[in-house]
Amino acid sequence: MKYTEEHEWLREEDGVYVVGITIHAAEQLGDVVFVELPDVGDTVSKDDEIIVIESVKAASDILSPLDGEITEVNTPIADEPTKINEDAEGDGWLFKIKTTDASPLDDFMDEAAYKKFIG
Amino acid sequence: MSAQDDLKRTGLYDLHVELGAKMVPFAGYEMPVQYPLGVMKEHLHTRNAAGLFDVSHMGQVILRGENPALSLERIVPQSVLALAEGRQRYGLFTNDDGGILDDLMIANRGDHLFLVVNAGCKDADIAHMRAQLTHCEVEVIDDRALLALQGPAAETALARLVPMAANMKFMDVAITDSDFGELWLSRSGYTGEDGYEISVPDAHAEAFTRALLAMEEVEPIGLGARDSLRLEAGLCLYGNDIGPTTTPVEAALEWAVQKIRKTGGERASGFPGADRILSEFENGASRRRVGLLPEGRAPMRAGTDLYASQEAETPIGQVTSGAFGPSIERPMSMGYVTIDHAEIGTNLFGDVRGKRQPVTVADMPFHPTAYKR
Repeated sequence: MKYTEEHEWLREEDGVYVVGITIHAAEQLGDVVFVELPDVGDTVSKDDEIIVIESVKAASDILSPLDGEITEVNTPIADEPTKINEDAEGDGWLFKIKTTDASPLDDFMDEAAYKKFIG
Repeated sequence: MSAQDDLKRTGLYDLHVELGAKMVPFAGYEMPVQYPLGVMKEHLHTRNAAGLFDVSHMGQVILRGENPALSLERIVPQSVLALAEGRQRYGLFTNDDGGILDDLMIANRGDHLFLVVNAGCKDADIAHMRAQLTHCEVEVIDDRALLALQGPAAETALARLVPMAANMKFMDVAITDSDFGELWLSRSGYTGEDGYEISVPDAHAEAFTRALLAMEEVEPIGLGARDSLRLEAGLCLYGNDIGPTTTPVEAALEWAVQKIRKTGGERASGFPGADRILSEFENGASRRRVGLLPEGRAPMRAGTDLYASQEAETPIGQVTSGAFGPSIERPMSMGYVTIDHAEIGTNLFGDVRGKRQPVTVADMPFHPTAYKR
């Protein structure tokens, strides 16, 4: 599992990366009430705003951590957005991406570094 | 000195922190926006049992004098003279343009009036009253906390400490002795639920709060849930939904102006902005505050421009409050639209992140109110 400074996590699975927001990010957002997911097949670039998460507090943009193609999205969370609060780093995953450039991974944090990052 | 250092704290600040509240700046105070329960559960708990809110940041003011009710009528469009002893009513300070300087609660407590005004406006309100009500003594109460206990279990909970509270009806006020000093009660609130607002001496505020929180029915509730509760109840947030450039008629607050202050009434006019406000009562206003129900799950938040169609270039209105309603399980908003788009059922579009999302003008409250009449 790798973590970004944007409070996303990535986990490699069968040649694609599963992406979600961290437990810490979910706690900061508060109760999530709405998620707008990208479309499967979308080609995205690193740092594109590809998801909007609305919590009881505000709307937050989620950036793509990598260049690539969206291969799957977690459709059930659109109807049950609180899954993101309940299991941010498990069932609350957001999308899967097949990347054309895995080099940013080298700059992402491991769990220990992320824990330090969030203090 | 940072902005953080300028923020005031209520007497219950340490208790909020102890309870795990997340504190945020609000109207010049550091206030709890949520507790560990979270906004959604706090909201639902208030609707299902009882929620306790610290609203000590609000202004508590006593007006004394020869005839404080008649004096106050010079700066509010309400009938204060007709307000019976032991009763409270909703009021508005208006400006010369007919706009709203603040909304407030006015209580008749026999030989004086007791007012509760918004935190963000209280300094201006007090200066305004001192300037305009020269025959009155304007006494600012700064040694009392103000709590709101709201929800269907509020009566049961409060009556354990103050049995007489059970005998009060919606908008009754009372002064009573208790184990927590002299309490000033009103059966009112700002959530759409039955409940009370309780002014308690600072020296007893923490003990009183702890006594309520020790009860199974009662949870502490932050500003986040207070906002979604009042919005579901169709109630205005001063500064968002009403302000110096919105009139009572535009704001759909006609019910708050009694007949006797309107054209043809015995004490018609005689308050700031009366010409415009009374003319709007006769002829209507060009825009109106309405309820709005967006399609789908995405909240349509304050500032969202509203359009009559997908293609229209000029907005016909704007959202002033918007959130997700935990009890109605859907997003809800209120805002102003031109009068020709204000009819319930009118289909409009809100510009959310560059996309026109369908939204329908809807009746308020969004969630039925449960006042004890």
